[in-house]
Amino acid sequence: MDTFLSLYNSSVGKKFVVALTGLFICSFLVVHLTINLFLFKNDGGQTYDLYAHFMSTNIFIRPIEYILALGFLLHIFTSAYLWWLNKQARSVPYKAKASSENSTLASRTMFVTGSIVFIFLVVHIRTFFVPTRFADVEPSSYEMVKFAFRDPLYVLFYVIAISLLGYHLRHGFQSAFQTFGIKDKKYAPYIHFIGGIFWLLIPLLYIAMPVYFYFNPY
Amino acid sequence: MNITLNVWRQPDQKSQGQFQSYPATGISPDMSFLEMLDAVNTMLVKKGEEPIAFDHDCREGICGSCGMVINGRPHGPERGVATCQLYMRHFKEGDTITLEPWRANAFPVLKDLVVDRTSFDRIIQAGGYVSVDTGGVPDANCIPIPKVKAEEAMDAAACIGCGACVAACKNSSAMLFVSAKVSQLALLPQGDAERKQRVERMIAQMDKEGFGGCTNTLACEAECPKKIPVTHIARLNREFLRAKLT
Ligand code: HEM
Ligand code: SF4
Ligand code: FES
Repeated sequence: MDTFLSLYNSSVGKKFVVALTGLFICSFLVVHLTINLFLFKNDGGQTYDLYAHFMSTNIFIRPIEYILALGFLLHIFTSAYLWWLNKQARSVPYKAKASSENSTLASRTMFVTGSIVFIFLVVHIRTFFVPTRFADVEPSSYEMVKFAFRDPLYVLFYVIAISLLGYHLRHGFQSAFQTFGIKDKKYAPYIHFIGGIFWLLIPLLYIAMPVYFYFNPY
Repeated sequence: MNITLNVWRQPDQKSQGQFQSYPATGISPDMSFLEMLDAVNTMLVKKGEEPIAFDHDCREGICGSCGMVINGRPHGPERGVATCQLYMRHFKEGDTITLEPWRANAFPVLKDLVVDRTSFDRIIQAGGYVSVDTGGVPDANCIPIPKVKAEEAMDAAACIGCGACVAACKNSSAMLFVSAKVSQLALLPQGDAERKQRVERMIAQMDKEGFGGCTNTLACEAECPKKIPVTHIARLNREFLRAKLT
């Protein structure tokens, strides 16, 4: 605990926490996607419902769920706190702005993209997580998904939010490795390759679901 | 050439500043940016006006004092040069050039384009040194240092402490500056004994001075007149993690 507090006291330590929790959430994205891909299995949602049921009832999944929630909270709180601290470091802004000459848009908009992902998370938890975990009679997750993605506005919101998550990870994934100090000439190409899976491929597969169900409602 | 300058004028630390426009006429494209400012100042003095205050010393890119933000870019549009090494030929006839001081709360404006960078000195004083008795000159090569390491340490030591990294960073972070010193000493056997306390103290001082944190935007590396790469920040992070966890 002392080590954690002494780390957390420092700007660099807080950044480690953001990077560690960010990558932890990335690992969750993979697990979540793997199960979601069963939605595409042509069996009326049988396999998908089986896994959804397992995830919401298994006693080993429970503690992981709490750790995941903690990871999210730490990531959001710490990154927002750092963002605020960083804002305090310059009270007088520049008149002439040329930041596009020296940095990427993705790296400068992490707080905005993260915040929209956060709003998405809240809505997402309300639509899918709360009913499966807290309803008296567990509904069929498959039916729920199909129903939710009939609403064009919901589909649009989903597509935009996941695209922004991709954009968040465009900078975030490789940035975490720089934060850990392991992004050097030797490893950078691998980090960028795996980064591509996270910021491009995974978001595209997530987006495939609402699009598929919207255009194939039956 | 004839250009227009839009310059931040601020009489002293306490007063409010504002932008003022000045014509710069008859400027030779071969003048350095500072020589152009000298010419404008001569004109201002002739007219009985207060000349534009800016920091400078070596005028050859080694002292680090001449920093200013030119059209939103620290040290101007050219890569790898300080303001004193920037030439007017990189601008066009009729251009309007906006000049601002480094903007960071840890670098308070003293006058016009001059800022107080003593926060950098305090960071160095917190640990950017090797505390050993120097004594006599040791024999050459009695401490073996691999060439690659020596070169990397030397490249890090090229930092001139100008503060462009802070000025360029959206968070006003001093990480590139701090990392250059930490990295330089961490790479060498002479710096090894104090590496743990050095990184902890320098980062604590950096936070205390009110610099922001790094979010890896890489703006510092792009604007650094000595092209110090962010791989030094990676090493700084590594040094810090090692110090805290061991
Ligand atoms: C699925 C959700 C999310 C994932 C996978 C994720 C992932 C990441 C990763 C890997 C980083 C890089 C850490 C580093 O640079 O060292 C990061 C940084 C960050 N995240 Fe997230 N994040 C998510 C959600 C959020 C949310 C909801 C917010 C809300 C505010 C947020 C705000 C930030 C901020 C401000 C940073 C720091 C940006 C920077 O260093 O420039 N993230 N995130
Ligand atoms: S790292 Fe580069 S930009 Fe920063 S103070 Fe040193 S020389 Fe200047
Ligand atoms: S005047 Fe010394 S670096 Fe420019």
